[in-house]
Amino acid sequence: MALAKITSVTGRGVCVPGNDIDTDRIIPARFMKCVTFDGLGQYLFHDVRNDPATGKPTGHPLDDPRFKGATVLLSGANFGCGSSREHAPQAIQKYGFKAVIAENFAEIFFGNCVTLGMPCATASRADIAKIAAAIERDPATEIVLDVDRQEIRFGGQTVPAEVRAAARDALINGRWDAIGELLDGMEAMKTTAAKLPYLAV
Amino acid sequence: MPKSLFEKVWDAHTVRTLANGQTQLLIGTHLIHEVTSPQAFGMLRDLKLKVAMPHRTFATVDHIIPTDQLVEPYRDPLAQAMMDELRKSCREFGITFFDRATGKQGIVHIVGPEQGITQPGTTIACGDSHTSTHGAFGAIAFGIGTTQIRDVLATQTMALGKLKVRRINVTGRLRPGVYAKDVILHIIRVLGVNGGTGFAYEYGGEVFDRMTMEERMTVCNMSIEGGARAGYVNPDDTTCAYLKGRPYSPTGAAWDAAVARWKSFASDPGCRFDDVVNIAAADIAPTVTWGINPGQGISITESIPDPAKATEVDEKASIEEALAYMKLKPGAPIKGTKIDVAFIGSCTNGRLSDFQEVARYVKGRKVAAGVKAIAVPGSQIVALQCEKLGLDKILAEAGFEWRAAGCSMCLAMNPDKLIGDQLCASSSNRNFKGRQGSPTGRTLLMSPLMVAAAAVTGSVADAREVFAVSQSN
Repeated sequence: MALAKITSVTGRGVCVPGNDIDTDRIIPARFMKCVTFDGLGQYLFHDVRNDPATGKPTGHPLDDPRFKGATVLLSGANFGCGSSREHAPQAIQKYGFKAVIAENFAEIFFGNCVTLGMPCATASRADIAKIAAAIERDPATEIVLDVDRQEIRFGGQTVPAEVRAAARDALINGRWDAIGELLDGMEAMKTTAAKLPYLAV
Repeated sequence: MPKSLFEKVWDAHTVRTLANGQTQLLIGTHLIHEVTSPQAFGMLRDLKLKVAMPHRTFATVDHIIPTDQLVEPYRDPLAQAMMDELRKSCREFGITFFDRATGKQGIVHIVGPEQGITQPGTTIACGDSHTSTHGAFGAIAFGIGTTQIRDVLATQTMALGKLKVRRINVTGRLRPGVYAKDVILHIIRVLGVNGGTGFAYEYGGEVFDRMTMEERMTVCNMSIEGGARAGYVNPDDTTCAYLKGRPYSPTGAAWDAAVARWKSFASDPGCRFDDVVNIAAADIAPTVTWGINPGQGISITESIPDPAKATEVDEKASIEEALAYMKLKPGAPIKGTKIDVAFIGSCTNGRLSDFQEVARYVKGRKVAAGVKAIAVPGSQIVALQCEKLGLDKILAEAGFEWRAAGCSMCLAMNPDKLIGDQLCASSSNRNFKGRQGSPTGRTLLMSPLMVAAAAVTGSVADAREVFAVSQSN
């Protein structure tokens, strides 16, 4: 199972500002009634992109034509808090994003993203504001999230980014989907299981 | 060297270290439900893999199940499709499914404990963030995403980085009218919604020593709302007494061996914690949320925060955003806020003791005119226990609709939803924007008895006054 080595992600960005953006906001639960993840992208941030009363677009950054085709999502602190639903990172990825940069991430969401090969990098509030300002000035600004070197380059500037060690290793070495390695450990798993009485058949 | 329960369970379940430094951790018990598993079974089929330990995998249906319709097909074809998909996968892979026909169906975090599947010193995973509930038994229980469900199905293991452990002591005695729900809402208020990131919470102290298993489950359930992926209480006599005689509990000589083994997992005296937080029980009051995350809570006697008085820019912005959504007035008392809906249920507060406590006080009272009140048992077994005690009748006479078991109005995946900007007094766990099914619906989290007080008065009220609560818990 050869996986891509994700050493960096390059693309245009869009900033969805705010702290504590939760998984219900990323993908409202009513759109999770599905047996595949296909088609989830269209519901990304649905209830904040559309006025619940009129159904009309609210002018959300995702719908701003200037940021169309952005592949790097920027946000605030505690991004992805709440549910363990993989529907949230799946919706982000299926919408077309390849990386998320935020001040910090909720634990389960972070892990879910890495497993999908979608890097989550943390940067300081001030640096995220710098990137957001650059995008605002020129939406065509190319953002390079360098996972390997843990930095973000954009419009001639470079700011530090952090990708947690285990995630960074998994991404740059192409082992972000753990299944192959886990399957290799099946014999060792059986040895561990044999020592645990509650697992007896 | 003395070790914490977390370390002991982690070590006992460590298979090996992976190349990226994470641990391949054995997951002894895998609980699945209809929302997050169908895609995982699809991945399994694509990879031509089998379920590694079908006998350690248990399924139930909870999120999408209508609580007012027992006969299939369900009115919502998508809900029916998810139900059918789970049935099919369980048959195909030989997994025990607590379907409605078994009489054991319910919310996954209620079913595991009541069947005795949830045991001390074990590892548990489930595609639901409230899996932390099972930590009440001294298990290490993780909420996981769908790709990890695939991993656990295929290998009975998952890749995980070791968490740090924060011990949270709640000392002294809770005041009358203060419940487990208030304890966890208070903890989240103090430590923040992301204060637990990277940690497992070990809850202890006199308050936890004295709690029933159902109360411990309420607290552990909401660990994730504080950012902690897992939360647990050390196993003790209360834990063992709860498990005795349950369908999946050991019997005879195996029972004695299990009890000894379970207790050996409790944190050793003098073990090291990465952090310790002390909270005085006397500081905890009946707590109500006013905002759009579970950390935005105040005691029933406090006023709604005023952004003008916020000391930090962030805090000001988050109060403003929350109040704009909640349509609440800054500086006004939370008490007296008119409600439209009252919901008692969920994996946080949908157990027998929750309904017992409510029934004890609402007996002879009436739900206020204009308030829709629903009481939803967390499992078929909880429903039966309540019905045997006549609690369903007491609640129905008071004006609550008594429903069939499921997640119901905790989240928007079944017909129980808020309409428009209705304001709901809710015993559930999340007050996120749109959480209860309407994109403008508003949720106030509180204990079941506080929900009952709001239901009978028609507005947010102090249950201690409404019901003259004086007895200590």
